[in-house]
This record gives sequence, C-alpha cells and structure tokens, in this order.
Amino acid sequence: MTRILAWVALILGMLYFILPLVGMTEFSLSMRRGVYSLDAYTTILGDPRFRQTFGYSVLMAVATIIFGVLLVVPTAYWVRLRLPWIRPYIEFITLLPLVIPAIVIVFGYIRLYNTSSWLPLTGSSMGTNLLLVFGYATLALPYMYRAVDTGLRTLDVGTLTEAAQSLGAGWGTILFRVILPNVLVAVLSGAFLTFAIVIGEFTMAALLDRPAFGPFMQILGANRAYEPAALAVIAFAITWACMGLIQLVTRLQKHTRAGA
Amino acid sequence: MVGRPRSPHVTDTSLPPSPRRNVLAPILRMVGVVPFLVFALLFLIGPTLYIVLGAFQRTGGGWTLENIVALNTPSVRNAYWVSIKISFISALLGCLIGFAMSAGAVLGGLPKWVRSPLLTFSGVASNFAGVPLAFAFLATIGPAGLITMWLRQDLGINLRAYGFNLLSTPGLIITYLFFQIPLMILIITPALDGLRREWREAAMVLGATGWQYWRMVALPILFPSLLGCLALLFANAFGAVATAIALTGSSLNIAPILLYAQIRGDVLGNPHLGYALATGMIAITAVANTVYIVLRARSERWLR
Repeated sequence: MTRILAWVALILGMLYFILPLVGMTEFSLSMRRGVYSLDAYTTILGDPRFRQTFGYSVLMAVATIIFGVLLVVPTAYWVRLRLPWIRPYIEFITLLPLVIPAIVIVFGYIRLYNTSSWLPLTGSSMGTNLLLVFGYATLALPYMYRAVDTGLRTLDVGTLTEAAQSLGAGWGTILFRVILPNVLVAVLSGAFLTFAIVIGEFTMAALLDRPAFGPFMQILGANRAYEPAALAVIAFAITWACMGLIQLVTRLQKHTRAGA
Repeated sequence: MVGRPRSPHVTDTSLPPSPRRNVLAPILRMVGVVPFLVFALLFLIGPTLYIVLGAFQRTGGGWTLENIVALNTPSVRNAYWVSIKISFISALLGCLIGFAMSAGAVLGGLPKWVRSPLLTFSGVASNFAGVPLAFAFLATIGPAGLITMWLRQDLGINLRAYGFNLLSTPGLIITYLFFQIPLMILIITPALDGLRREWREAAMVLGATGWQYWRMVALPILFPSLLGCLALLFANAFGAVATAIALTGSSLNIAPILLYAQIRGDVLGNPHLGYALATGMIAITAVANTVYIVLRARSERWLR
C-alpha cells in the first residue's frame, strides 16, 4: 500500500517535470510546419548576437570563478587556521545573498557606483563589467564558500600548514601548492555551480545594461516563437552538464581517496 | 592625532615587550580576512545599506518615514500582496509535493536506484530557473504550447475558455514549482534520512499503527524542518525576477517586477520610493529566512 502511494507520488511528480522538458524540446523542433527540423537551432547558432552574448557570459563566468576562488579559498583557510571564532560571522555574511534579492543588490550598485559617485564604476564599460563580476561573485558566494569550507573540514589544516612551514614554504606556496590541490574537488564543484548560475543570469546583467546571454534570451523570447524553446533546451543542457561535472569530480575524488 | 608623528616609545616603556606582542597578534591575524570583509562591505553590505537608509531619507536629506508611508498605495500594496500570495502558495505546494516525492523515495520502499537520480535531477531542476524556465512553460502550457494544443485539438478542451492563462498568478505558481519542488527534495531528504528506524520500531513495539507513528513521532520531529523549508522556499520565490519578467513581460503587477520597472525608469516618480520598495522586499525575505534559521536549529536537536 505504502509502496503504491510512493510510486504514485514519484510518477506524478516526475510527470510534472518531464512535460515541460518534452514541451520545450518538441516546440524547438517544430519551426518548419508539419515536420521536425533543427531550423530553430540553426537560426540561433547562426545568430551573431547569440555568439556574442554567449561568449560574453562565458567570459564573465570564468572571471567570476577565478575571482571567487581567489577571494574564498584564502579567507576560508585563514578562518579555519587562525580565526575559528570569526567563522559564524563570516558564514553569516556569505549567506546574506540568499536573503537579499539580487535585484536589490544591483539597485544598490547602480546608486552607489554611478558616474557621479566616489567610485564611478558604471561610467565605463570595463568598470561595469568589473561590477558585474563582483555582483556575480556575490551571488555565488553562499555556494562557493560552503563548498570550500566543507572541503577544508576534511583536512587537518593546522598540521598541513606546520608541515609546509617547517619545509620552508611561504604563505603563497602553502595556499596554492598545499591547500588548493587538497580542496580542488570542492573548488571545482563550486566553480561549476557558479557557471550554471552566471551563464543565464538575467537581472543583474539587464539592469547594468550588459550584453549578456540572459538579457539576450529575454529579448528573443519577447519577439520570436520557436527560437526561445531552442534556447531553453540549450540552457537546460548546460545546467545538466555543470551538475554532471560536479558529480563526476566528486566521484573521482572518492576513488583516489579509496586508492590512497 | 592624524598629523602627529607616532611615538611608540611611550607605550614601549609603560608595557613590557611580550604582552604588547600578544595584544597586537589578534589584530595582525585579522589581516587575513580583510580582503573578504572589504569585498563584502563594498559589494554586498554597503549597497544594501545604501538602499535601506535611503528608504528612510528625504530627497533633500533628513530622516523620515514618509517613503514607507507613501508606499501604502493600492497599486504597491497589491504588488506586494500578489507577490506574497504567489510565493506562499508555490512554497506550500512545493513543500507538500517535494515531501511526498522524497518520502516516497526514502521511506516508501521504492528500489534503491530511484534515489540517486532523483537527487541529481533535483540539483539540475532547482538550478534551471530564470528566463529559460519561462520558455519551457510557454512551450508547454502557453497559448500555443504542446499540452494546450493537444487538449484543444484531440480532446476539445480549450484551456483559455476555462479561464486558464499561463501569464497570470496560477500560471506563475505552476512555473515556480519547477524550482521549488526540487529545492524541497534537496533539503528534506537528509532530514528524512535522519529519522531512525529504531524510533519506528519502538513505536510499533508499543502497539502504534503506521499512521499513529507518523502523527505522534515522525511529524512532530520533522515539523520544524518542514516549516523551515516553507520559509526558505517562500524567500526563494519572492526574490525571483527573471522567470516572471520572461513569462509575463511587465504585465503582472508583483513586487520584483515593479522594482525592476522603478530601477529602469522611476515609474513611482520618486527614487526614495524605490528604496522603500526594495527595503520592503528585504524585510519580507529576512523574516522568512530568520524563521528558517531558527527552525533549522530546533530541528537539529533530533535530526543529525
């Protein structure tokens, strides 16, 4: 009886998830009347704006990941090593982006860093790009910090540091050649999740007027019928790929740990 | 003090050297977190404070509650109310359906292989939000969507005639569930794993039925978790902008869309009203998240 109910709950639930996926796939294939075709995809992939905005967003995602790693790994390491009492406060700050909606944060940026302010980041396109990277790093902060901090928990940070120091390593060597390789899986998980968040992000990019993939999708959605569905399929595939990569690196780590 | 040369000798003579180093050491240690704190201050806390403080200031300067009071117009009130309604209903349904699916997979005696794909899929679906999600639902139950056409052509059911419209409150709720349910599954599955088999056996030995076990043991233990999830899902839906804009343009009057329009073009005619609107959103998500954190701490007493 319980088992039947469990199956019913699961199957009904999965039906709800599968139907939109089938819907968007079917829609994306039916641009040509009467037959299935890949026309919507060829149109999209041939659109120079797609290539520009997608390239821009990939670049933003990579910049965000690099900046996020450089910001989070040393901080989380130092907190674990020397300032354990400060950890709850840092953790609280990293969780704030889940409380403060992204639209409010970017609203603050626009007001605080406009052309007449003390730090006119929005005055130039390079400055705005930088601001967008910082904004994305903020959005990714809860996930990145948690991933890295969980990774550090499995290490004996103190002993590793002392061992490295007694062999004559400086802080840079300790961070990049001892700590980073040990939390690489956690960092990669955080990185792929960041990529999935940044690649289609809409609110921040649109309000900062950047030519990113999210705003491009929205504009296309307002004007076309079949191409948006194709974009949805592509976006879903990217999300899958990111999550798949996270699982893959986690599994690889388990194997190396077991083998060691 | 600023322009004067520093005179460390004064303190040096009054204090022996070793305690002084101990006094400085904690400060030096703080240097390691300075970059992070500066970043957080400049790009997270500062901008937010600027908005919140701006909500309580006049255009010319000076503190006031005018902006908050001025928000109390039918249009803004309605925007908040619709937002709260959408977030609450989608959170409630998300909790119920997510719980049912997770309970089915963890406790319902389903084969073991169900669990891992379910969690992986939840990870994907909870991150498949924003603009593409809106496209997926438009292609499915939008005016010309797969299901809409199928119902109309093959079964003669015209959804529109029944008053269903994807670009509306119920439509938004159905769409939001696509990221709400998976999030619920991801949070509640560890809690369900934490229910010990011994508790159930103990209840059975004492003569409880399955229903009694759930009503008197499992649900009371899970209750803080469930309520906490509700709060988190609520906040999750409340801040969602992209899906709503891609789905409805700016036709639906909800708080995030109104704020978006205000940032773009000052539709309220006073920048400080925009700050107040944003502050209201922070206040609502902050309450929801506080509830989540408090209740999670409570539920951890039993579920580890």
